[in-house]
Amino acid sequence: MRALILSAAIAACVATPLSAETIAIVGGHIFSVGPAGEIASGTVVIRDGRIAAVGAHVAVPAGARIIDAKGMIVTPGLVAADAGLGATEVGEDDEAIELGDMTAGPGDGTRDLSTQAKGLTAAFDVQYALNPDSTVIPIARLAGITRAVVTPEFGFAGRGAQPREAIFAGQAAVIQLGRGTNPLVKAHVAMVLDLGQSGGEHAGGSRNAAVIELKEILGDVRSYMHNKAAYERNQTRALALSRADLEALIPVVEGKMPLLVGVQRASDIRMVLDLARSEKLKIILDGADEGWLVANEIAAAHVPVLLNPTDDLPADFERIQSTMENAARLDAAGVEVVVASEAENYRVRELRYLAGDAVAYGLPWDAALKAVTINPAKVFGIADRAGSLEPGKDADVVVWSGDPFEPLSQPTAVLIRGVEQPLTSRQIKLRDRYMDLNRPYPPQYH
Amino acid sequence: MTSTLLRAAALFAVAASLALSATATSFAETDSPAKSAIPRGLDPDTDSDPFPSTYKPLPSRPTAIVGAHIFTGTGSEIEAGTILISNGRIEAIGENLAVPAGYDTIDAHGEWVTPGFIDVHSHLGVYPSPEVQAHSDGNEATDPNTAQVWAEHSVWPQDPGFITSRRGGVTTLQILPGSANLFGGRSAILRNVPGRTVQDMKFPGAPYGLKMACGENPKRVYGSRDRAPSTRMGNVAGYRAAWIKAADYERKWDEYHAKIAKGDHADLPTRDLQLDTLVGVLKGKILVQNHCYRADEMAQMIDISKEFGFHVTMFHHAVEAYKIADLLKANDVCVTVWANWGGFKLEAYDAIEENAALVHKAGACVTIHSDDPNLTQRLNQEVAEALSAGRRAGIDIPEREAIMWITRNSAKALGILDQTGTLEAGKRADVVIWNKDPFSIYALTQKVFIDGGLAYDRHDPQFQATSDFMVGQSDGGTP
Repeated sequence: MRALILSAAIAACVATPLSAETIAIVGGHIFSVGPAGEIASGTVVIRDGRIAAVGAHVAVPAGARIIDAKGMIVTPGLVAADAGLGATEVGEDDEAIELGDMTAGPGDGTRDLSTQAKGLTAAFDVQYALNPDSTVIPIARLAGITRAVVTPEFGFAGRGAQPREAIFAGQAAVIQLGRGTNPLVKAHVAMVLDLGQSGGEHAGGSRNAAVIELKEILGDVRSYMHNKAAYERNQTRALALSRADLEALIPVVEGKMPLLVGVQRASDIRMVLDLARSEKLKIILDGADEGWLVANEIAAAHVPVLLNPTDDLPADFERIQSTMENAARLDAAGVEVVVASEAENYRVRELRYLAGDAVAYGLPWDAALKAVTINPAKVFGIADRAGSLEPGKDADVVVWSGDPFEPLSQPTAVLIRGVEQPLTSRQIKLRDRYMDLNRPYPPQYH
Repeated sequence: MTSTLLRAAALFAVAASLALSATATSFAETDSPAKSAIPRGLDPDTDSDPFPSTYKPLPSRPTAIVGAHIFTGTGSEIEAGTILISNGRIEAIGENLAVPAGYDTIDAHGEWVTPGFIDVHSHLGVYPSPEVQAHSDGNEATDPNTAQVWAEHSVWPQDPGFITSRRGGVTTLQILPGSANLFGGRSAILRNVPGRTVQDMKFPGAPYGLKMACGENPKRVYGSRDRAPSTRMGNVAGYRAAWIKAADYERKWDEYHAKIAKGDHADLPTRDLQLDTLVGVLKGKILVQNHCYRADEMAQMIDISKEFGFHVTMFHHAVEAYKIADLLKANDVCVTVWANWGGFKLEAYDAIEENAALVHKAGACVTIHSDDPNLTQRLNQEVAEALSAGRRAGIDIPEREAIMWITRNSAKALGILDQTGTLEAGKRADVVIWNKDPFSIYALTQKVFIDGGLAYDRHDPQFQATSDFMVGQSDGGTP
């Protein structure tokens, strides 16, 4: 017991901001994404890991360390929704999956985003295997990403195996990417569910089966939550899921935890909106490649959408009408858009480019910045701490050499909860080791 | 010495056939009388082009593109230049060129121009959209050596990805088989035009490539079936055994042809399509396009090429090229890489964003590829990302040089640099007009010309090609 208390105390210490350093980021072109708006030349003051002030005429506190941002752009840190950060080191190769071969096992022990365990679906929770020492996290920081929504996946069952018959992948968590700290910010931020084509595959081969199964499960959860005592005495009818899964779904049926629903086809989106209304569920659409066709209905239901703006191919029969203009059209209809890459591993750094691609196809620049900062923060319940530069919020701030969406721009400073992060990674160290191939000793000495 | 000379002669013959092939002369028609009794398909020498290109350029008019900021693809740029196009070719390029009478003039002041992009690693058509099992035709994963298969026999010309790739400025593609096998088969070099058949898209006279693969994929695919190769050393044994067989087969045919040439009797050897392809490599007619991630494996592949007397033209996905940039330069081997992709499997763990910049700095030939139907639409962005990473490391490469990673160098690595890849007088007029600097994320193509024919115009409804697959698909009743 004492050990438990001690470790809890240590965890609490690690989770608090490490820095009491007072920092002033001076002279930058600030896009606060908050009430301070855009400031052509302003100052951000950071104290005790939080933002103390943002404005054009903010005094620099005595003794503050100054980061000169003249000629630079200052934004909130980016939030990567739908990421595998901290839970994946080496990914699974698409070609291997296409060939039906995963003999080495998913990631040789470095992937913890999915399980093939029977009897564990909704209760699966990514919070226990988060690894702050993952070499992918510094790569994300170098792309201005300071937080991520770690999202479970259905995974690949292995060669010759049937798709897993479970409609929930499990529960997502928000992490922060500060070096040397406990990454977990908030667990249980969403319950991941696939409907549409993929949901049908997980439910035995039909979209219908997935919906019927979902309704039955929601009924079971309601029955369970109102009859827990009877359940413990073995006096209830048979329920489809384990006790852990039923428990995990209680906040979902209460409308407290959002269901992150993977769905693409316009008709499937309509069905999901109806289902959410009748079952009183809080939902987020994930994918929604044909979302623009039902943009007004999504907006009227106040349902946010996570999307990859570059999904423009009819990659499946359920996304025949994919277009580069999906993000712009949904935004114009009033839908809250979150730009998410779903990319694993090093491609997580493409988040800012995806936002830029959406701008090239009509999404207003300000809306694109929101789509990678405040919108994911709101949708996943951390807007009180992140997503904009506002006094009182955690100081996740990025200074960029130019427009953050432009490839020719780079971050010049990345702060997470007030701590300036080293702009390095395993990749940068490899680069430096091989910069000069003519040194007398082999690269392993460098 | 003799074999070197023979090979040089063979190379010369290839060059000659390249020059002829635009007229689509059938090899059967040029057969010597001595061979005419034998069906063309039984002798590799008389059957080197059994699926000839039927490519016809789109209609074109004499055109002048005036005032644009031009990246020529040769490593230089013109801040406000003019390009004259006639008969599908670039007639002239420079500053202050007079526009001859009768030319259509495109005012491109404030816009940018690049050569048409070349995606040297694409699976469009062989892994098309929609990605259904019925369309999955890119990996003949039934034997570690399938050098006998040709990607063009899997290409579905109605892949909607060709159209979105063209919209991204890609005018030439190398379509490759997948990487399940040590020898995956022949590539197809395509003009990115809408065709009813793959022959309608085939780049006239372009040499074939041979897809080879190192590392994890072949050993995983066959190892998991309890057969060779199951290790990297098994991979290498597989390559070497195949080249030994190919040399033996080459000798049989050479002896046969020598006897026939002298008027002696000779029994016709049995043709083997798999060995034909490997012999094409040994004779320098087919270019080796080698999927190979790790530096140490690339070095071994170079040694194998020396052991058996062929050349590796390009390593694909060469994420560790930066570790052996000097070796690549010394052996005149190109590499094709991504900027961002890495970590998706262990052999990609050491991928760095600066790879292209480091290889370029070392003086070796580097290109950027997609391997992906989405990325192929934005090759310019991938170049910008690689360039930006290089600058972060203090390697200051100008944009006018970096654009060569998807133009000039790519054409060189496909053996078509005399045809395309740069904006120089006499070359095919593969030209892209951009609304902004193509190194910006916001840049969009405005017009794409292939052989001088307008293939895409963002603002003209008449130039929005659509795949047969998309015809009549409902858009939910939206007008």
